[in-house]
Amino acid sequence: MSEAAALLSKDTAWCPGCGNFAIREALAGAIVQLDLQPHQVLLVSGIGQAAKMPHYVAVNGFNGLHGRALPPATGARVANSSLTVIVTSGDGDTYGEGGNHLLHTIRRNPDLAHFVHNNQVYGLTKGQASPTSEPGMRTGVQTGGVISGQLNPLALALVMGAGFVARGYAGEKNHLQELMAQAIAFPGYALIDILQPCPSFNKLNTYDWYKQRVYPVERHDPTDWDAALKLARQWGERIPLGLLYRVERPTFESRLEALKRDSQPLGLREFDPQSCAKEQDKYM
Amino acid sequence: MDLHVVVGGAAGQGVETVAYVLAKSLARAGFGVVANRDYMSRVRGGHNFVRIRVAADSPWTCEARADLLIALNQQTYDLHRPALTAGARIVHDESAVRLPPDELRGLPVSLVGLAREAGGAVMANTVAVGAALRAMNLPLAQAEKVLAELFADKPGVPEQNVVALRAGYEAAGPGCAEDCFVLPEPPAAGAKRLYIEGNEVLGLATLASGCRFMSAYPMTPSTGIMSFLAARQFDHDIVVEQAEDEIAALNMVLGASFAGARAMTATSGGGFALMVEALSLAGMTETPAVIIVGQRPGPATGLPTRTEQGDLSFVVSGGHGEFPRAVLSAVSLEDAFYRLNRAFDLADRYQTPVIFLSDQHFADTARTIEPFDFGRLSHQRHLVGQADLISPYKRYAYTESGVSPRALPGQFVDERVLADSDEHDECGHIIEDAETRRLMMDKRLHKLAGLAGEMDEPLIYGETEPAILLLGWGSTYGALREAVDQLRSAGLPVGLLHFADLWPLPQGRLRQATRKARVTFCVEQNATGQLATLLRAAAGVDPDHLILKYDGRPFFPAEITEEVKARV
Repeated sequence: MSEAAALLSKDTAWCPGCGNFAIREALAGAIVQLDLQPHQVLLVSGIGQAAKMPHYVAVNGFNGLHGRALPPATGARVANSSLTVIVTSGDGDTYGEGGNHLLHTIRRNPDLAHFVHNNQVYGLTKGQASPTSEPGMRTGVQTGGVISGQLNPLALALVMGAGFVARGYAGEKNHLQELMAQAIAFPGYALIDILQPCPSFNKLNTYDWYKQRVYPVERHDPTDWDAALKLARQWGERIPLGLLYRVERPTFESRLEALKRDSQPLGLREFDPQSCAKEQDKYM
Repeated sequence: MDLHVVVGGAAGQGVETVAYVLAKSLARAGFGVVANRDYMSRVRGGHNFVRIRVAADSPWTCEARADLLIALNQQTYDLHRPALTAGARIVHDESAVRLPPDELRGLPVSLVGLAREAGGAVMANTVAVGAALRAMNLPLAQAEKVLAELFADKPGVPEQNVVALRAGYEAAGPGCAEDCFVLPEPPAAGAKRLYIEGNEVLGLATLASGCRFMSAYPMTPSTGIMSFLAARQFDHDIVVEQAEDEIAALNMVLGASFAGARAMTATSGGGFALMVEALSLAGMTETPAVIIVGQRPGPATGLPTRTEQGDLSFVVSGGHGEFPRAVLSAVSLEDAFYRLNRAFDLADRYQTPVIFLSDQHFADTARTIEPFDFGRLSHQRHLVGQADLISPYKRYAYTESGVSPRALPGQFVDERVLADSDEHDECGHIIEDAETRRLMMDKRLHKLAGLAGEMDEPLIYGETEPAILLLGWGSTYGALREAVDQLRSAGLPVGLLHFADLWPLPQGRLRQATRKARVTFCVEQNATGQLATLLRAAAGVDPDHLILKYDGRPFFPAEITEEVKARV
């Protein structure tokens, strides 16, 4: 058994053919590729099929609430910046319920790798539209077809100022693993929107549908924001895969005084209440 | 004799600066001082005022009276006129405040004119402080020092303010030919005491409890805690992050706590409403967190800058599902300092959320108190050590107490720590079987028994086995205490049981006292009697009468006294 395979649990609650399997293998592969020790990695998730990932990869895990993966991940980075924190959640979790947290996490720029399993449908609740569903897609709730517009996560991340924006595809596991390794190694918030077929509930965006459309980005300068935005907006006949944008900017952690003055994780530092006693002098 | 000062004006006129300089100077001179702020939810205009009561020993509350009124605008005089005592004096500027011809208590001082001469109209409030000190026949030395400290980072400003202060003092002289007020000899002259307000105490206790991370969304009346801690990030190991909303705030806190930092948030009822989802998460994942809820009147936005005890039921029961929690409050500023430290300890020890209830009245009331003893604070994280580690590590191992050994992610090389919001097994993995569910619910709820054993019995004041028993909780302690004094002076056998720890409800003294009392009154700052409801539900104790106030203003002791007298 390979080192990566050893991280994976045998039993999962995912449907046969689910894109999550390949995403999980790519994730474990990236962790091994980067030589990370399992006890130094923390997977944070919300709720959904993708969010079950912490149960199926043998590293630390915080499987929190639907839509709320990013805030605890940020908090964990502040408390222990020696942990590699990876957020793994779905499109409903990230772009629907957790939309506000996404906006503000991009602004904050904590050192997180964020892998969004985007199957364009709600799996756990059995097939309702997600923010990334194609307009017109019929579901048990959107009975006349989706009438809202489609959220474009990559364009959104670029416009918000994210430093690392990429698109992966569950059908291209090795490519995805390479992207994931880059995202984890990137200092700052790194988003990979991962296209993921859902054989049970999304009959529109299937492996075949993607096969005809996805292509790897080539001869693209990932520091060219305008070019990246153009690629991010490409959808339909041709869907680009790969790293669209990569520019480092100061991380949230690097700007926090308490983290700057000492490399020891904040939460683990010694403390004596007497060190605060002089603070009451001002009130005398 | 106690002196009641009221300083009033429009928002932006520097009412709070006048009150602060005056109160702090009096505190330094050794007087006992209590001050509370009454302000509107606006940045300019309106009517804001501060009540200051000066006595030999630190008074508990301000009464609805004014011996010295500093009226920075007309409205202040108009509104407080009925509260003026016979010998009162009114410091005012005749260019802004017109007193009726029959008002003989005026002490006119050209506040703006003298301020301009000193260097700027903005110092009109400092001129007023000088005039007030003259009316009290007190020296200026303390006020000059306070002004120097207040404007230390603004070159030239302290000097100008001293000129303004002295000008006010001189100008009030002719109107104060004889001593306007006779103040008691300050008993504490020379002794170091604190003059500090509620939010500052809560901030200081948080800092001194080793809290490393605070995330919150600004909300009156708790914002002061956030700004207190934010100002100390440069000197202490704490990070303060303003979250995008209260949902994020508590979720961030839980992530930080899970990863090893003591962490807390502070909000008001509306913000807590957004937090209850994460509160339930804290209960399920057994993640320590301290949440300060500074209550203000609801429902919805309610009266944003006023006071109420309207969220007791909410914080005791808020959150989906059943999980253990503790709810604490405080009877005084001193008590809050040590009790909030205990909140952090309980959260870590029982690995569950602890809610600390404050309110606007508590948050914004300043009082002279003894300095805090930092040696009394505890800082133990209650983590599992290498020697006690059982491998493979199970985050939710079954134990008799319900408390599982707590390890942090990354703490042990070959171990993983998994927390889950789904029902889970001992390792943290999702389960759905009935047996594990039952065992895990029992395990978590067992912690309530431990917490119940930790709760402090309510404080007793007045008669120890009273025929007339008053029941209260939290910030009303001062008013109730003074009401008890007044009732006992009137010959009534009155005693008070005052709760600081609220949940799990401590019941020993309650049962004992209610058995012996002839009549019980539950006194609360809300419209439905939420403590009374809790007493009925948890202890089967049904108070005979409710004395409730829910107009957003704190109790005056006399209001309680009159209600009790009317019903016994």
